[in-house]
Amino acid sequence: MRTLYTWGAILAIVLASVVGDILLSRAMKQVGDVGELWKRSGLIPVLRATLGNPNFLFGLVATAMAFFSMLFGLSWGDVSLVAPAAASLTFIGNAVAAKIFLRERVDQRRWIAVSLVAAGVALLAG
Amino acid sequence: MTVDKYLVLGGVTVFAASGDSLLSHGMQETGGISLHHLTLVIAALLNPWVAIGILLLLGFFATYMIALSWADLTYVMPATSMGYVLLALIARFVLHEHVSLLRWLGIALITGGVGFVAGGPELTTNRAAAANRERPSADDSVESEREADETRRGVRP
Repeated sequence: MRTLYTWGAILAIVLASVVGDILLSRAMKQVGDVGELWKRSGLIPVLRATLGNPNFLFGLVATAMAFFSMLFGLSWGDVSLVAPAAASLTFIGNAVAAKIFLRERVDQRRWIAVSLVAAGVALLAG
Repeated sequence: MTVDKYLVLGGVTVFAASGDSLLSHGMQETGGISLHHLTLVIAALLNPWVAIGILLLLGFFATYMIALSWADLTYVMPATSMGYVLLALIARFVLHEHVSLLRWLGIALITGGVGFVAGGPELTTNRAAAANRERPSADDSVESEREADETRRGVRP
């Protein structure tokens, strides 16, 4: 039962992180190159464009939910399982979701990179 | 990629690694928190390690958002994982802790993965696609995308 709870929490962390990252990435693409905008018109317009973007706000909420799911997950399961499992699965989930929802061209180079990093994170934190 | 952009990616890595480690150090000092003892959360926030850790994580979030404004999610993501490598290297060479063979293997895999991504274009949507369309002979291959990317950066004429 505890194992089921732990994996449920890991699934919740991964889902919330992926949704958060996709929304935040979409929001920042809508805002555009922050460095250029800053140079052109200063800090206030950058903050207004970012904080006023609905995708950014929903992305922030999803990221916060991922954070709280992590707290629950850590209270049910071992840190050495929950943290690396969630991080590694989030990497793979993000790559799939970025291809589908953000239309990023995830070519062979990126797939290899994502797999290597996901495996490496699992080993490092384990 | 300009020097500024590499600095932002470096910021993502350093802020994530230092913020996480200060936060975890502080939380170990204050002890566990639970939903039934929310006052302990306030005590945790007053711990200087936790407070500085949160500030550093805000720095992480800001640099992460800046990076996402000009690069793909699948390009920025691996940069955040370089923080794990940084932490392991600090553990080995500054704190003189033992780093197991498995962890060295993990470091090698992450570094290899980051190298793979860094060799390609940082943006493959919108602007990169638009740059591709402007070139009459451009097809959809990765090679032409990299050329378009280099044209944008001024590497190619």
